[in-house]
Amino acid sequence: MKNLFYKAIVLFLVGGVVVSCADSDKPNYQYMPDMYEPIGYETYGEYDIFVNGQEAKLPVEGTIPRGWMPYDYENSPEGMANAKANLTNPLPYTEDNLNEGKALYTIYCAVCHGDNGDGKGILTEREKILGVPSYDDIGRAITEGSVYHVIYYGLNSMGSYAVQTSEEERWKITHYVMNLKNELEGGEEIPFEEVKDASIAEANPVEVERAQQNAEESQGEGAALTVDEENNN
Amino acid sequence: MKKVKYRHSTSRLLLLSVAFFISFSVLGIAQDEASQDAAAGSQEQTEESSEDSSAMSDLGDPANGKSLFNSLCAACHKPYSAGIGPALHGVTEKRDMDWLYRWIKNSQELIASGDDEAVAVYEEYNKTAMPAFPQLSDADIDDILAYVEQPKPEPKVAQTGGGSTGGESSGGGVSVNVILGILLFVLVMLLAVLFLVNKTLRNFAQASGVVVTEKPKGKPIWKSFVENQFLVLVSAVFGLLVVGWFAYGFFMQIGVDQGYQPIQPIHYSHRIHAGDNQIDCKYCHSSARTSKHSGIPSLNVCMNCHVTISEVSPETATEEYSKEFYDGEIAKLYDAVGWDPAEQDYTGEQKPVKWVRIHNLPDFAYFNHSQHVTVGGIQCQKCHGPIEEMEVVYQDAPLTMGWCINCHRETNVRMEGNEYYEKIHEELSKKYGVEELTVAQMGGLECAKCHY
Repeated sequence: MKNLFYKAIVLFLVGGVVVSCADSDKPNYQYMPDMYEPIGYETYGEYDIFVNGQEAKLPVEGTIPRGWMPYDYENSPEGMANAKANLTNPLPYTEDNLNEGKALYTIYCAVCHGDNGDGKGILTEREKILGVPSYDDIGRAITEGSVYHVIYYGLNSMGSYAVQTSEEERWKITHYVMNLKNELEGGEEIPFEEVKDASIAEANPVEVERAQQNAEESQGEGAALTVDEENNN
Repeated sequence: MKKVKYRHSTSRLLLLSVAFFISFSVLGIAQDEASQDAAAGSQEQTEESSEDSSAMSDLGDPANGKSLFNSLCAACHKPYSAGIGPALHGVTEKRDMDWLYRWIKNSQELIASGDDEAVAVYEEYNKTAMPAFPQLSDADIDDILAYVEQPKPEPKVAQTGGGSTGGESSGGGVSVNVILGILLFVLVMLLAVLFLVNKTLRNFAQASGVVVTEKPKGKPIWKSFVENQFLVLVSAVFGLLVVGWFAYGFFMQIGVDQGYQPIQPIHYSHRIHAGDNQIDCKYCHSSARTSKHSGIPSLNVCMNCHVTISEVSPETATEEYSKEFYDGEIAKLYDAVGWDPAEQDYTGEQKPVKWVRIHNLPDFAYFNHSQHVTVGGIQCQKCHGPIEEMEVVYQDAPLTMGWCINCHRETNVRMEGNEYYEKIHEELSKKYGVEELTVAQMGGLECAKCHY
């Protein structure tokens, strides 16, 4: 009897030690963490010297980084009407663009708008989000410009997707959305355009101009380097 | 003969107590199930009653109206509370039917025509234009209005059931520890009781004159063990091996955070979002496609959906987490992002959410999400585990160097459709004499690839 008693106590102690060591709330201890912690600022890090403690700071308003152009239409009913009437897709309608548009559409849009664009995505089927119209809705009569505008700014209940997608990706999605609309309306299949390089630079003269400038600059640098090398030799 | 009875008394008592425990726990579970059944039953009843009342409306067919309302109107309107547009319940009493038809079919035209009522409504709701619905017939509008004019369904009884479970779960992680402590205490008490019972029984036996014969003490077992030198040697070797095993195991887990599961400031459930609602991983973690970091989504991504979803449905609540608990967590999101659900507007007061990062690599290791996700086409679950089943995220993989290297040795590079690999693939395949190249053969084990 006594034997059993002592055994039980030892068992409890061992069990207690095991339970108290296995703590999933805290990270494990480390041995000599020499270069574990970054000295530079980490993306998404929290540091006291920044506003709100956030490492991610907003750029100055009105500045334009390379490879990005501001969107000209404003976020208002007038801007929407303007985009709907005047804005067109700079990307050529090719199979690659359409496939990439489909992949992106499946990630970002299909949850609500459905794989066919009929407004019957999983979230609407489960009645989480309601009021998702079909793309062939006559009252809305979407165009390329209005699709892009709504992806960029959002409209009423729909939020903006400008954060998750780049300009080129939004235009690819627009291609796919217009394709879905065409299918829903039972229209004929739109023929693909024949273009060698289906990038936004091809279709966008401003971008092309800029790229040419960059190319010239880099060529100039290259030339300077060769001169230097010759001098060295 | 009586001796036998005494000898087995301890084991019998143990068995009895175990049976006692089991019977109680089974009773508890049965009670839970019973209450659940009751709640479900009452829920069904309320649903039935609401359907009954809907059938009584004389405007049109509310069932058809519901589907029309859900696809066309619900983005801005709710029947019983204001959203982007006004609450619609009771609108047929306020307005003329003809006016409603005209308004719904083309509200802008009505406003432009200078109708006083229309202009007043337009001004009241911040001049937010309502889209035109030329595709709706008068009968369709009747159906929609019939649906809207249904009396508000009473709050479902199941919610109160959820409330009671919420009380239990409010402790969260602490309650588990408390339960463990109580169990430990009970077990210790049981042992003490057993010891005392045995003692009193012996006393009782002594008092009543029954002699409990003690076993004659033979040679103690440890003495005979020490005298057997072979056994000592074998057990010493065995002991050393065991110590070595545990020491090695202990040293190998230092700095490995597998299973790390901190408490986050907002109880975000991947189970609900990625599992139940099947939202693609890249919807929120969109930078995994293009960036080294698979970022934590900013709060505007939350608000893409939670502008309209301010509370969870009763079916989402579980035993552990009640509907009230989840609604509170959504309220925390609104607080952080500065959204006023009553006014349906941003207040401008923002507080960033301080998420706790779980998967940490040391600063000297370089990992790039986009080249694994977009180029390599590796599933998220391969490294992050069954994330769509996790109520609270934990670190599934060890993220040690050996783990990385193992995968680089086993995984083939996705060459097809990638121009970049065309030449390299040809030459390297010839060199190694293989069809498919693993990451290791492409130089994926070189130090500078990951450690600069």
